[in-house]
Amino acid sequence: MDLTVARGESLVVIGRSGTGKSVLLKHAVGLIRPDRGTVRVNGIDVNSLGEAELLALREQMGMLFQGGALFDSMSVGENVGIALREHTPMPERQIDLVVAEKLALVGLAGTEALRPSSLSGGMKKRAALARALAMNPKIMFYDEPTTGLDPITADVINRLIRRLQERLKITSIAVTHDMRSAYHIADRIAMLHEGRIHAVGAPAEIQATRDPALRQFIEGSSEGPLLPT
Amino acid sequence: MSETGAEAAAAWPQRFLLARLQNAGEVFILLGSILRELPAGMQKLPLVVNQMAAIGIGSMPLAIIVALFTGAVAAVQASYQFRDYVPMIYLGTVIGKSVVIELGPVLTALVVGGRVGASVAAELGTMRVTEQIDAMETLGISPVRYLVVPRFVAAIVMLPVLTIFADVVAIFGGYLVSVLTLDVSGHTFVSGLKLYFKVQDVISGLIKAFFFGMIIATMGCHYGLRSEGGAEGVGEATTRAVVASCLLILIVDYLLASFLFRVLFA
Repeated sequence: MDLTVARGESLVVIGRSGTGKSVLLKHAVGLIRPDRGTVRVNGIDVNSLGEAELLALREQMGMLFQGGALFDSMSVGENVGIALREHTPMPERQIDLVVAEKLALVGLAGTEALRPSSLSGGMKKRAALARALAMNPKIMFYDEPTTGLDPITADVINRLIRRLQERLKITSIAVTHDMRSAYHIADRIAMLHEGRIHAVGAPAEIQATRDPALRQFIEGSSEGPLLPT
Repeated sequence: MSETGAEAAAAWPQRFLLARLQNAGEVFILLGSILRELPAGMQKLPLVVNQMAAIGIGSMPLAIIVALFTGAVAAVQASYQFRDYVPMIYLGTVIGKSVVIELGPVLTALVVGGRVGASVAAELGTMRVTEQIDAMETLGISPVRYLVVPRFVAAIVMLPVLTIFADVVAIFGGYLVSVLTLDVSGHTFVSGLKLYFKVQDVISGLIKAFFFGMIIATMGCHYGLRSEGGAEGVGEATTRAVVASCLLILIVDYLLASFLFRVLFA
């Protein structure tokens, strides 16, 4: 498969469970090294980087994990501030300000002292988003940003992702099988199917597709060329 | 082409060996990165202190109870074997020596290995399967520096500390049993303890404890970090960490004893 994302663009990769969407993201941030092929970020082959360079590159990236992946040994505030504490000489007082600002951005103002275990699913995802944004990343990766959320919270997350991309010019790559979310946040949608990119296009083009497999997927039907697994 | 049963059976020892070797290789790679990250990880003082409290202070009651009964049973058994053959003045000697050289460090390591190895493996394993380790890496933070090194340092410092306490308590346990139930006077016990007492015995016990701490932390972190597949995977990682710690503690105990008493202090 071959896929390129332009700077400032919002790409959504759709596909069925188990087609390797999350694996795709993990390759992009270098969590998994590819058996074959290359992944380039800003023209740099992620695979060729040593541990230290990779960690440095990741400071420009943010990733929102499916379950949030908040560190449950820390409070929400410590979670959001951890990258600032580790990578910048910022004094504690200023870190607190940035943490408060990022939490406010995701609609969680004043939750610094809470433990992740006391948050609902949607709050966890928003707190995790605040953590991913703490270092003002240039590229954001979203792994199933709306899965497991109620429709209203899902819409909040969708708007947030869109707003970040439009206002802050963050390049964003999301993987999802939630079509509502895909239409909302994508400039371009790519469908991953059987290990390759089956189709790519703007949301309107995807919606108007005649391709039977894509059609079946976006309509969420069990009848068609894609067999239920 | 699918393998026949005979071929699979023939390949089994190779596969088993290969898997063990790969596992051992991964342990050494982890040890290598621990050493590399050691200076940076040591600067995370609050994390190290937290782990010291969890590993050291948290294990103290357990280690003390184990030591108390170890000393007590050593006194009962030694006096039983000494009866009619060996003067009771040697009761203190044998208890002191066996506790300081062998029982103190090894039994402390085995119980702490169970407790700490399991909790480290379970904690890191849960972080792994809930993608917290991945999240840490994407935040540009090295899990080895942030999670492994503090546990490693805490274990290699606290195991000798726990062993010192265990030694003292075990000897005290032996003393209590000797004086209260075995008709040996306190003076006889203490004289025996002082007779042939060598500082090098204590030091060799503490050297052992240092290596046992290393084993416990490394096994807990190794199996925790590579666990996969949800709750079941975490459970398996925890079991493996404890089993591997206990086995390695006994094997390394033999190797260290050979080195310390046949080479270093021979």
